[in-house]
Amino acid sequence: MNWFRRLKEGIQTATRFKKPIPEDLWVKCPKCGDTVTRKKLEEYHHTCPKCNYHFRIGPKEYFRIFFDGHYTLLFEEIHPVDVLGFVDLKPYTQRLREAREKTSSTEAITVAQGKIQKIPVVIAAMDFGFIGGSMGAVMGERICRAIDRCIEERMPLIIVSKSGGARMMEAAFSLMQMAKTTVKLTQLADAGLPYISYMTDPTTGGVTASFAMLGDVNIAEPGALIAFAGPRVVRETIKRDLPEGFQTAEFLYEKGFIDVIVDRKEAKATIAQILQVLHHRHLPTRKTKSTSSD
Amino acid sequence: MVFLEFEKPLEKLYTQLEKLKQIAQDGDIDMSDKIREVEQKIKKKQKEIYSSLTPWQRVQLSRHPQRPYTLYYIEKMTKYFVELHGDRCMGDDKAIVGGLAYLDQQPIVCIGHQKGINTKQRQLRNFGMAHPHGYRKALRLMKMAEKFAIPVVVFVDTPGAACGLEAEEFSVAQAIARNLYEMARLRTPILVYIIGEGASGGAIGIGVGDRVFMLENTWYSVISPESCSSILWRSWDHKEKAAEALKLTPKDMLQFGLIDEIVKEPPGGAHYQPEAMAKSLKKHIKKHIKELLEIPIDTLIQQRAEKYLNMGVYSIADQPSSDKTP
Ligand SMILES: [Zn+2]
Repeated sequence: MNWFRRLKEGIQTATRFKKPIPEDLWVKCPKCGDTVTRKKLEEYHHTCPKCNYHFRIGPKEYFRIFFDGHYTLLFEEIHPVDVLGFVDLKPYTQRLREAREKTSSTEAITVAQGKIQKIPVVIAAMDFGFIGGSMGAVMGERICRAIDRCIEERMPLIIVSKSGGARMMEAAFSLMQMAKTTVKLTQLADAGLPYISYMTDPTTGGVTASFAMLGDVNIAEPGALIAFAGPRVVRETIKRDLPEGFQTAEFLYEKGFIDVIVDRKEAKATIAQILQVLHHRHLPTRKTKSTSSD
Repeated sequence: MVFLEFEKPLEKLYTQLEKLKQIAQDGDIDMSDKIREVEQKIKKKQKEIYSSLTPWQRVQLSRHPQRPYTLYYIEKMTKYFVELHGDRCMGDDKAIVGGLAYLDQQPIVCIGHQKGINTKQRQLRNFGMAHPHGYRKALRLMKMAEKFAIPVVVFVDTPGAACGLEAEEFSVAQAIARNLYEMARLRTPILVYIIGEGASGGAIGIGVGDRVFMLENTWYSVISPESCSSILWRSWDHKEKAAEALKLTPKDMLQFGLIDEIVKEPPGGAHYQPEAMAKSLKKHIKKHIKELLEIPIDTLIQQRAEKYLNMGVYSIADQPSSDKTP
């Protein structure tokens, strides 16, 4: 995440001093080591122009990539509560405060409404910088309200997952969000509305074991880690090295759990294409050129 | 009898009791007064120990090697039990068992995690840590219950889902997710009992129901105290602190409204009087099945949904957001 923090600091510095120091404009790819300008990286939707490494990005970046320009943030007024009075090495309240300052997100998930190629949709996207994108009561509630909004306005749902799993500081409340979000998904299904699960690096734990794996269509970004138990835990359990490529998007695709692996630069077009079919009852009739030979 | 660290004072008394009984038997001497006296002492000591258990001690009790497991309860409580095997795809996972039975006059489908009762069995059962095909077997049995309008009774007792190459390769995450989804809308009553350990996705993966109960000496949380300690404290040594912080006891869970009721255990825990435990559990199950069967199925599913949709504490800030909902 170092590159990203640097990138963020770069942005802040740039706005603060107007004239950015040149080195802030350059970002180094953690995979191939090549350097790329911030501007070019943005043009490439935060993928490396040389090796196609997909940089980890936050909700705002995904909204900018997916939506046709304008979008509206939803449910930002829902905030976390330290219901257990949880203290480990730090109090949970302090962790929350630090996460808010560090990320500019109000929680590990941000919901927004807008359009993807003119199709009205709701997107919920996670911020890995916010306590590891962990799922607490706010994530559960924001997803449920997002689904309510989808049902009210007959819109498809897209969840961009990026999470270390459960939020331990909310203990059993966190665990129950797996059931809560899934129960709500059955209501979206009953309303006949599509749900696209878009998994990014990393998607693990209780998020994978609930809504992330339940898309009508499961999409993943190339190279993303997608798992229940993280690689370190699995390695420690089996006491040997993991096979090459284990728990990647490509691995789960081969095993039959992912429908499509899509380059982030193509993702918007792919999602629109899928929605054109699944959501056809709520869309204007599509004009397609006849492909038959008559 | 296996005694845990904090039960050591009891061990002494039990040894004394055994000796007295032996003397009485061997010498044909009347020791009944002495025996009664020791028994009284045991009762008193038990009360003292078990009325002030720390969360960590309760976790230890939930893992007591002599604690009754799922198959014990099924055998004690039901008639005509037929265990059914396999997920019809990959194989038969021994960490989750299930089958058809009668609870007196009531047909039921029972499903539960199963731990082993000896070293060999423990390996075979993978310590109650289920693989994807275990969760998929459970789902198959639940769908069967739905088809034939039979209530489902679930026993949860797991330190977590299986962890390893196979579990990831065949996506235990997807298997758990699918179960949550199907249990949310299964058109037959589901009763869930936490009878030992209720850890994480591995527990809730068969644990969504109309009513969820915890036996007195059990725990239910998102992670085990040991793993929580290793992640948050970066050392395995803070499991007691983690157990406290997680608020994982039945009392806490009831107070949070995350479970419906606590089922009493005999003094000292279910393993002291397993038959009595099975008997009271059976009574409990029968009562609740009867209640649930009286609720029209659409109402039941709606109530089940609302139960879970209400779980979670958050605050709503005053300042207006960019959202225009009332
Ligand atoms: Zn690169």
